[in-house]
Amino acid sequence: MNDRALSVVRAGALTTVQDLGRPGHAHLGVPRAGALDEPAHRLANRLVGNPESAATLETTLTGCAVRVRTATTVAVTGAPCPVTVDGRPAPWGAPVRVPAGAVLDAGPATHGVRCHLAFAGGIDAAEVLGSRATDLLSGLGPEPLTDGAVLPLGAPYAPSAGADAVPHPGPVAELLLPFLPGPRDDWFTDAGLRTLATGRFRVSPASNRIGLRTAGPALERARHGELPSEGMPLGALQVPPDGLPVLFLHDHPTTGGYPVVGVVPERHLARAAQAAPGTPVRFLRMR
Amino acid sequence: MRPLPVGEHGLLIELDSAEKAAALHAELLRRDAGGTLRWAGGGSRTASGGEIVPAARTVFLDGLADPRGLRAELASWDIPPHAAGDRPTVEIPVRYDGPDLDAVAALWDTTTDDVVRLHSGTEFHVAFCGFAPGFGYLTGLPEPLHVPRRATPRTRVPVGSVALAGPYTGVYPRSSPGGWQLIGTTGTVLWDPCREPAALLTPGTRVRFVPLETAR
Repeated sequence: MNDRALSVVRAGALTTVQDLGRPGHAHLGVPRAGALDEPAHRLANRLVGNPESAATLETTLTGCAVRVRTATTVAVTGAPCPVTVDGRPAPWGAPVRVPAGAVLDAGPATHGVRCHLAFAGGIDAAEVLGSRATDLLSGLGPEPLTDGAVLPLGAPYAPSAGADAVPHPGPVAELLLPFLPGPRDDWFTDAGLRTLATGRFRVSPASNRIGLRTAGPALERARHGELPSEGMPLGALQVPPDGLPVLFLHDHPTTGGYPVVGVVPERHLARAAQAAPGTPVRFLRMR
Repeated sequence: MRPLPVGEHGLLIELDSAEKAAALHAELLRRDAGGTLRWAGGGSRTASGGEIVPAARTVFLDGLADPRGLRAELASWDIPPHAAGDRPTVEIPVRYDGPDLDAVAALWDTTTDDVVRLHSGTEFHVAFCGFAPGFGYLTGLPEPLHVPRRATPRTRVPVGSVALAGPYTGVYPRSSPGGWQLIGTTGTVLWDPCREPAALLTPGTRVRFVPLETAR
């Protein structure tokens, strides 16, 4: 058996394999998938000398722990959390040399939601349509981690650069989401659009990789019924019949029949991925 | 044709009919193959992860370098009507033994033999994909043969189920929950990530269902 591998000691609430996803296949019904906090994923890879496209582990709230078979350089980024190697404290946001047989534990996020764990060589899971990412909507890519599972690692690339200075991100006190209106803002009344721009929303605990759901005032519709199915972008603010906007994240369905009132540009989505349930949300119209 | 802005790099183009959407989709694919659509990532659509997503009455483009420019240009395009003949036909053998076959016969006010005859005698065309990788929404049934979804969706529809809902026929590429009326089953593999292309049914493909002997 391949010596370069890790075994899962504690899978955590939800840990998946992620990379930059599989964009370009929406016409086949294939979601993009990929790291929700893409800058954190890219940074973790740089810290261990990987190309930014290498696969990392994305955790959810409670972190995870893995045992490496051979000595491996590892970095934890994204949500700040206590990091230990065989129980001894190790730095977050920096390359850490984990000896053969030792357990790397990324603990519960002190704030934020998702950590990225990069391993020198990357997670070497099988590619589907050019990506190793787990897609929870359509079930493509590796299964979410379970205790005892074994994941192969690739051969290390260059020595770790370790050059990035990594500031601890502060907690997201309020999630500000700028959006461009359309394509279906005309399905809402002026009052409904005002509700979106001025209403006090919160991140709902029902949020996941498919969408960040909100709790708050319902948007009033000018038109009722469903649209014929149409293509849905990443960052869509889709409004189901309950009137509460859902922000589409990377595992979102590629088509849908509920109106999209606006679209949040991709560069703002990493912060959304780190907003814990209960975080206040404000939508800001860009034009 | 009504182009609507979608975020910073997208355009949703709405058309009056499914036929016009299919024609525009074909034109966009032609122009993309000819290199005249410009993508935000630079280079080809594939290299930059751009999307061209046809649907019921729309075509959605994302990852465009200049969506405003394309929006302005669209009005001057001369789009030929969609010619189904220039695409290959996929034949899907079907055993018409679905649990909703009798219900569909009742909705169509005919016999189950006639359901088989009418369904397998129709030339379908993949209008768009969605719901699951490799799930195509197939149009072709005339309006009197459109049926509602089941009042209560099934928690598990077996892989290969051939099903009807609204104007569409579809084949479940894997076992999943579903609310469509099941009229038959096929052993044809709709989705195989190890195959190129992974999806048997891509937008624009023509489809015929070929009846197999049933044990009914």
